[in-house]
Amino acid sequence: MTALSESGLRRLWHGLPWALALLVYFTGGGYLGLGTHALVMILFALSLDLALGQAGIITMGHAAFFGIGAYAAGIFASHLSADPLLGLAAATLAASLFGLLSGAFILHTAGVTLMMLTLAVSALLAEFANQAHGLTGGDDGLQLGRMAPLLGLFGFDLWGKTAYLYALAVLFLWSLAAWRIMRSPFGRSLDGIRQNPRRMRAIGTPVWRRLVVAYGLSAAMAGSAGALEAQTTRSVGLGALSVLTSGTVLVMLVLGGTRRSYGAFLGATVYVVVQDFAAEIDPFRWMFVIGLLLMAVVLIFENGLTGLGDAARRALAGLPRRSGRP
Amino acid sequence: MIDATILLDGLAYGMVLFIISVGLTVTMGLMRVVNLAHGAFAMIGGYVAAMLVGAGVSFFAAAGLATLLVGMIGAVAELAVYRPLYRKGELAQALMTFGLTFVVIASLTSGFGTGIKTLPLPAALGGVVDIGFRTYPAYRLFLVAVGLGLALLLWLLIDRSAYGARLRAAVDNPRMARAVGIDVNLLFTVTFAGGCALAAFGGVIGAALLPLEPFYALRYLVLFLVVVGVGGIGNFKGSFLAAILLGVIDTGGKYLMPQAAAYLFYGAVLALLLLRPNGLMPAKSAT
Repeated sequence: MTALSESGLRRLWHGLPWALALLVYFTGGGYLGLGTHALVMILFALSLDLALGQAGIITMGHAAFFGIGAYAAGIFASHLSADPLLGLAAATLAASLFGLLSGAFILHTAGVTLMMLTLAVSALLAEFANQAHGLTGGDDGLQLGRMAPLLGLFGFDLWGKTAYLYALAVLFLWSLAAWRIMRSPFGRSLDGIRQNPRRMRAIGTPVWRRLVVAYGLSAAMAGSAGALEAQTTRSVGLGALSVLTSGTVLVMLVLGGTRRSYGAFLGATVYVVVQDFAAEIDPFRWMFVIGLLLMAVVLIFENGLTGLGDAARRALAGLPRRSGRP
Repeated sequence: MIDATILLDGLAYGMVLFIISVGLTVTMGLMRVVNLAHGAFAMIGGYVAAMLVGAGVSFFAAAGLATLLVGMIGAVAELAVYRPLYRKGELAQALMTFGLTFVVIASLTSGFGTGIKTLPLPAALGGVVDIGFRTYPAYRLFLVAVGLGLALLLWLLIDRSAYGARLRAAVDNPRMARAVGIDVNLLFTVTFAGGCALAAFGGVIGAALLPLEPFYALRYLVLFLVVVGVGGIGNFKGSFLAAILLGVIDTGGKYLMPQAAAYLFYGAVLALLLLRPNGLMPAKSAT
């Protein structure tokens, strides 16, 4: 096999997740709502992969940006316009501005202090949403009215078909962007900062500025995810901003594998499906299952589910086992 | 005398925060494990005590037994779960302990339901005491006394005893500590168990201020982390100061501006962490 056709074959593989997603559209039936939720969570996990996987910003408060996106979309829809794309743009912008602003303050720190600052920022925001009853509905949350048709053409139907394709399209565009960003010189410099910020500073990389920009980009993606969640479920609640949401998305990403093309895809999908099945049996059993999965990820398969697939392929091909990542 | 009430209530609340958080100062600060399961250990202690009290054991005996039991659970957890984590990064530690917390929450929920588990106070702590210029609930005075006693005890143990010296040596340079004959592994197991036991003790005696329910482990975890972070990672005196300061700020906020209390609290935390990223009292050995 020549090198060209091999890379062509590789490229074909990249179509697989999207083909599967389209297959779900045609066969999903009553599960389209769940599918839409999975797509939203994939986007959210992908946003975390940029901040945490690529740039090494250990954040325990990423729900802040998801929540801002969700609330911004909700407020935009109820006060300004029912157009979904305008709402999405506004929410993305709001989240990225907040990401840049909070990032500019907190990214001077690192390690455990940074972890705690991200927690404090998201807790502060959650409290604000709880108190600002007039704007956010407080405990009751917000109910969104009917969204206007997408591009003025495709109305949101009862079965969630439009919603599913809408989420899929947004996810596709963002993952293309993320793909480009992670492989650009900027993305490479983030890789370097994660591995050794001191050395990067020594060779003249403006570390803090790069981190703030990465954080802002990640926040924008998370904001889009939040907006999609709000628009497709037509409701926003305080849960969007909670610590549990921050934890959940971390679990999804790490379960799938950080800094892997489809880690976020696999992790978020498995999580959403497991949660749905387990929650049908017993609403609390999913926490047990997810907790065990998390512990297994750390102890047994460090590179997540996608890493597990890699290891299996290498074992089948008779290659030596790769120990961890560089 | 509203000001005295705020100060005293804040002090009592701060003491509860201190008793629980000081265990985290040990495990996260000294041993450098990102221990997000700390709230879970405190919660297990509270539940065990509530069960014992329900079975007719006296409050104080139940508190002692729960502390002992959680200490033992902590020792087992250190051997089975935490030891493989020491060499791994902060993220792996955070995820592992987060997973452990999920498992504990799910287990307690399936055993006890999602409601609040009440832990009735003994009659001796139920009344009020005359403290000269006014009367004050005995329970809160008890918290203050226990917190102060514990702070003194820990100071003696860590700063003044041979055990403390060994522990500090083992943390700063495990290889050198081993070379001079310190059993570092045993020391870490015992210390971790101690940290968990402190969490459980705080969970039990503070149950009237921080009510027990399965999500306790996550709900108050932020609070404990914040105390440790604001105090300075691994610094007991810092944790003590931070717990009291934050306790008074939070209580004062709730009395004087109930609408803005949470802003005040988290705003203060943000300001403190930004101004003093290494805490109120940075650890001396930090390099």
